[in-house]
Amino acid sequence: MSVSAVELVDVRKNFGRTEIIRGVNLSIPRGERHAIIGPNGAGKTTLFNLISGRFPITAGSITVNGQSTADLAPQEINRLGLSRSFQITSIFPRMTVFENIRCGLLWSQGYRYSFWRLLGTQKELNRATDQLLERLKLADRRDLQAGLLSYAEQRALEIGITIAGGAEIILLDEPTAGMSHSETESAVALIRSVSEGKTLIMVEHDMSVVFGIADRITVLVYGEVIASDAPAAIRGNAAVQEAYLGTVAA
Amino acid sequence: MNMLRRHWPWLLVLVILLAFPFLFYDWTKGRHSGFVLTLMSEIGVMAIFALSYNMLMGQAGLLSFGHAVLFGLGAYCAAHVVNMVKAGTIWLPTELIPLAGGLGGLFFGYVFGWLVTKQRATAFAMITMGLGELVSAAALMFMAFFGGEGGITIDRVMDTSLVGVRYTSPWQVYCLVLAWAFIAAALMRLQTQTALGKMANATRDNFERAQFVGYDPRMVRLMQFTLSGFFAGIGGGLYVLIYEIVTFDTVSAAKSANALLAVYIGGAGGFFGPILGTIVVVLLQSGVSLLSNAWLLYVGVLFIVMVMYAPGGLIGLIFMHLPIWRAGRMRELLLPYARAFPPALLVLLGFVFMVELASFTTIGAAQGKRFTIGGQLIDTTAPMPWVIAIAALVLGALWLRHEARGFRQRWDELMEGSKRAQATAAPKPQEAVA
Repeated sequence: MSVSAVELVDVRKNFGRTEIIRGVNLSIPRGERHAIIGPNGAGKTTLFNLISGRFPITAGSITVNGQSTADLAPQEINRLGLSRSFQITSIFPRMTVFENIRCGLLWSQGYRYSFWRLLGTQKELNRATDQLLERLKLADRRDLQAGLLSYAEQRALEIGITIAGGAEIILLDEPTAGMSHSETESAVALIRSVSEGKTLIMVEHDMSVVFGIADRITVLVYGEVIASDAPAAIRGNAAVQEAYLGTVAA
Repeated sequence: MNMLRRHWPWLLVLVILLAFPFLFYDWTKGRHSGFVLTLMSEIGVMAIFALSYNMLMGQAGLLSFGHAVLFGLGAYCAAHVVNMVKAGTIWLPTELIPLAGGLGGLFFGYVFGWLVTKQRATAFAMITMGLGELVSAAALMFMAFFGGEGGITIDRVMDTSLVGVRYTSPWQVYCLVLAWAFIAAALMRLQTQTALGKMANATRDNFERAQFVGYDPRMVRLMQFTLSGFFAGIGGGLYVLIYEIVTFDTVSAAKSANALLAVYIGGAGGFFGPILGTIVVVLLQSGVSLLSNAWLLYVGVLFIVMVMYAPGGLIGLIFMHLPIWRAGRMRELLLPYARAFPPALLVLLGFVFMVELASFTTIGAAQGKRFTIGGQLIDTTAPMPWVIAIAALVLGALWLRHEARGFRQRWDELMEGSKRAQATAAPKPQEAVA
């Protein structure tokens, strides 16, 4: 059996005395598009923060590509091939759109902390950056300050920074939140294309997006997994209906 | 040839800077003005210092209150190296002495950087301030290295020059300063284009996000801090060669404040802002201080005015005109500027007059100086001069306010117009200035 991309074993997280994540077990195989859904406050974003190393876990264990992430800093987890986006747009606002994307590429292309190679002369790197900008449909915004982009464009840039490094495992936190219907449609197309052949884990509220993209759906309620199954099975699951979908449908 | 086409402004500036001292050349005696050369050498050194400070502040968003520590320690290292060369212990060309200062700055930059870059924002600023005080105090305690209050003196005239120059004249020293200032500025400019330089921007903009693209922000800051120390140290090394003495002033908070002032007044956003700021600050310091006891007050007021009304600094003010310049409509600003000029001048004169009146009644009187304008003695205790000063200040301010309104309106129109022109005419995106 091959190693899971991400595996959570009895993961718990307390903030003070409040237990936010209460023993989550989850195994996400390579190449799967996985969606995590659940009502507000269920701990979805917290779960992302634990997997990506933003917060340390209280108990349990998380492995990424078979390696334990305990005691690893976020950048070290990133270097294992896991990259994430943020629910609240998190870009480099005073740098240009092009530079934002290039920042996402630098480490994976081996530039590390180089202070001798001039990036302007790195043809391969700049070509890769421009190619990604094309895919993100941000090419005509290339030299604009990222902070001046529209909201939807910033969301696309957020995804761009996340996938630029070529990570095998991509975590997207509510990528379509706050978008209009047409913006959501193009975002879905983008997500589908960038996650081709990769492992995708996403938190999403828009059910059309979730059922449109996901191979498997995990439902998180009050820090516990109440179901994790194929979309069709989730739709028919009574517990999920009651806890979550029912309230949305009503 | 291609190099020349791209980098001609650098060359032009170099030629101008080499020619400029000859404007003050005394042809009858056949020698340069020592004052002008020292002033310009000081500008060169302080420009390196300010640019190195901007590697922290502008590029990495790190507000340091103790940057002079790296400058000063670099200067001490260079001074000791000079004395060792003199004593024959080691051999090093005079031209490479600033490099010794740079390596000193690099070393201390790494040591102190390791301590301070663990912290961010306010904590970072506070720790750098504490470090500044610590080193200042240490400078008076450790005689062997710092030479106590007397500092370390050197004799820069050595026979180790690579080009056969003995550096006996300020002109020769000035040329050396100029060469190093250009090398340092070019290297710092290039550094902004590297992975480290760009990631320093990234950690400034969004500390956390930098982690999630694989970088350790602490490491980025540490390396940036260390390199900044290297360049500050080069400045320190040149300082020693100019003045042939280094005292604890070079590590003091006042020296650190100089860099901060230069960067703020010039503008942290553009690469060349700190150089502009340095020119202003050094001219105020060296030029105005000869004319007025209150020169420090002028520096302070200028700083406050810049922070309040032009947070982008001088370079920011210049860049603001760029869209209008591109639209070819600068000429339309001439009249509004001309209209705003007289009231602005009136405010300035009123303010300066008032400050000078105050300074002559206090410090000036104690020094036995008298306030004269064009040979006319001014009685600083009489009410009339004060009334004139205050009237000029108040009336000028009201008038300026009135003109400012018209100016702003014209400005907004021009801005709007040039933006529209840009949107329709050229799809070429505007470059991000900041």
